[in-house]
Amino acid sequence: MSRSTILWSAVLAAAAVVIPFYLDASWLQDGLFAMAAAIGAIGLNLLTGATGQLSMGHAFFLAVGAFGYVYFASEPQEGGAHALGGLGLPTPLAAVLAVLLAGVAGGLFSPIAARLKGAYLGIATLALIFIGQFAMTNATPVTGGHNGRPVPPMELFGFVFADTPEAPLVIAGVPFGALERLWFLGAILLLGAGLFARGVLRGRPGRAMNTIRDHEIAAGVMGVPVSRYRAGVFVLSSMYGGLAGVLIALVFQQTVPDYFGLLLALAYLAMIIIGGLGSVAGAVIGAVFVSMLPRLLTRYSDALPLIVQPGQEGVGAAEAAQILYGLAVVVVVLFLPGGLLGLITQLRLRIGNRLPAAAAPKHSLTPTPETRN
Amino acid sequence: MTTFLELLVNGISIGAVYALIALGFVIIFKATEVVNFAHASLLLVGGFIVAKTHESLGFWLALLLGLAGAAALGALIEFAVIRRANVVSHSILAIVTIGVDIVLTTELTRQIGTEVLALGDPWGSEVLHIGAVNIPLARIAALVTASLVIALFLLAFKYTNWGIAMRATAEDSETAALMGVRRGRVSMGAWAVAGALAALAALFMCIFPTPGLDRTVTATAMKAFPAAILGGLDSTTGALAGGLIIGVTESLVGGYQSELVFLGRGLGDVAPFLVMIIILLIRPAGLFGTRELARV
Repeated sequence: MSRSTILWSAVLAAAAVVIPFYLDASWLQDGLFAMAAAIGAIGLNLLTGATGQLSMGHAFFLAVGAFGYVYFASEPQEGGAHALGGLGLPTPLAAVLAVLLAGVAGGLFSPIAARLKGAYLGIATLALIFIGQFAMTNATPVTGGHNGRPVPPMELFGFVFADTPEAPLVIAGVPFGALERLWFLGAILLLGAGLFARGVLRGRPGRAMNTIRDHEIAAGVMGVPVSRYRAGVFVLSSMYGGLAGVLIALVFQQTVPDYFGLLLALAYLAMIIIGGLGSVAGAVIGAVFVSMLPRLLTRYSDALPLIVQPGQEGVGAAEAAQILYGLAVVVVVLFLPGGLLGLITQLRLRIGNRLPAAAAPKHSLTPTPETRN
Repeated sequence: MTTFLELLVNGISIGAVYALIALGFVIIFKATEVVNFAHASLLLVGGFIVAKTHESLGFWLALLLGLAGAAALGALIEFAVIRRANVVSHSILAIVTIGVDIVLTTELTRQIGTEVLALGDPWGSEVLHIGAVNIPLARIAALVTASLVIALFLLAFKYTNWGIAMRATAEDSETAALMGVRRGRVSMGAWAVAGALAALAALFMCIFPTPGLDRTVTATAMKAFPAAILGGLDSTTGALAGGLIIGVTESLVGGYQSELVFLGRGLGDVAPFLVMIIILLIRPAGLFGTRELARV
């Protein structure tokens, strides 16, 4: 690990710890959504970026994760036609089961995920969105129907991730409510998800996945079981989706079926394209960009041309954000093949090259990494 | 029995409309190897132009304008985006079209808002009675027009220079280019034709018995995707068969919904996708798609 990587990790870690002490609740909420989106996008990037399999149905796995968690964790409620089912399991167990459930859902789709490739799979996964919407509106005892149902807060070793007015938690003069607590949970989950995906990508499986993407037949000839890998990556990426769904449910505190529609799935695809295909960092950058864009546009809507305040005639902030990220997808593919991550790497290389060049006469005897070969 | 016949004719008519969309989708795929996810927005654009102009121009002129507008937009997407994108993988081109789709659909649904726009078609809500079977005139018009257009297209595809150039490009684009086929023109033509077909489909999707053009039309148009893929993405015959299968399935499942209520509400909307999954399980390349063979 190079020195700059360590430095960057330290800066990011420090920022993650400090942020909840300074930002207000609404920014924290958006930050949490960005974290959840980042987890989902990492999973999708494993599938689409690294293996070259398009999925337009990822919102379905988010829904499975979210509603799975709610169902496993909630106590059943009586109420005639509006009765809600539930298993009342301990919340951490419910979260783990929800992620596994998303994996099982992905596994059930694997006969198709293993055989189809690229954009074909993209169309086939469209089915998941429609089937998901159908299931969610019909399985009212699980999902609560159109209005959704409340999400029980996570409780880990007696520590509740929710507002506790009767016993407020104050750290360094900052009251720690649900969002501040969830922030740290989200950060840890994201870190774990990112490290795991990086391990997958850098190891043997990652090379196999990239070979499948670049040349399916070559991969097969070299002994990579192509179908099994495709199915496996699909399952893994749906589990990432499930985890993102659990986190989104915890932040929202209410799960609504309509949220998990086609638009959400398209937003995830936009994230990985904008951030950079095939890498963990790219997925995270793209997720932050796409999730924070509406927020930024709303915040500064009075200062920006063409965007109107909510409730007025014209382009609202949410629509402007959608149009912007749609355009960003097109622009990135046309002009920035590596996405934002590629842009950052290029800039760093350029700056890195310029500085040693200027300093070269002084240390001409010590080889730099560039001149060593 | 009469209900069955009514549903069947309705299904075939809707299927013919899906076939129009799927055909455009397949043409684009054959000519440029791009899976065009922006197809639904091309459709929306066509329908929107007709809805906005039919009062001042009259229906037929508005329809022409809608066809031309959607065709121009298709050509523009090809010229401005697809041609410029310098990528290795065709999945990435598919994602670009998703970007285009997000932009177009967001803007158009914003323009439409919560309104339901009429398209001013001459068929109105008249119903044709044949024996005991009642069929809306608009559905007959859809069936006849779609069949005519499809037949015309297939003939052109087979016999005109344009069609031959297109098929040659689809077969082997480099050789075709060496033989003097202008690749750029062929792919732009494919996108324009697909746009016009989509606009025509938009018309028949938004007239009686559906209330009109509203923001849910893109969701309906999504059903043409399974139509294209279950027939086989590279087969025009497949697009027709797929369209009919999807149309009839949807119509029958929707019509007998009361008997199928134990399966849940809104089954008609999911049925096309379920059929697609079943067919893909048995034949991953679709019914008429060429199975991919590779030589190493």
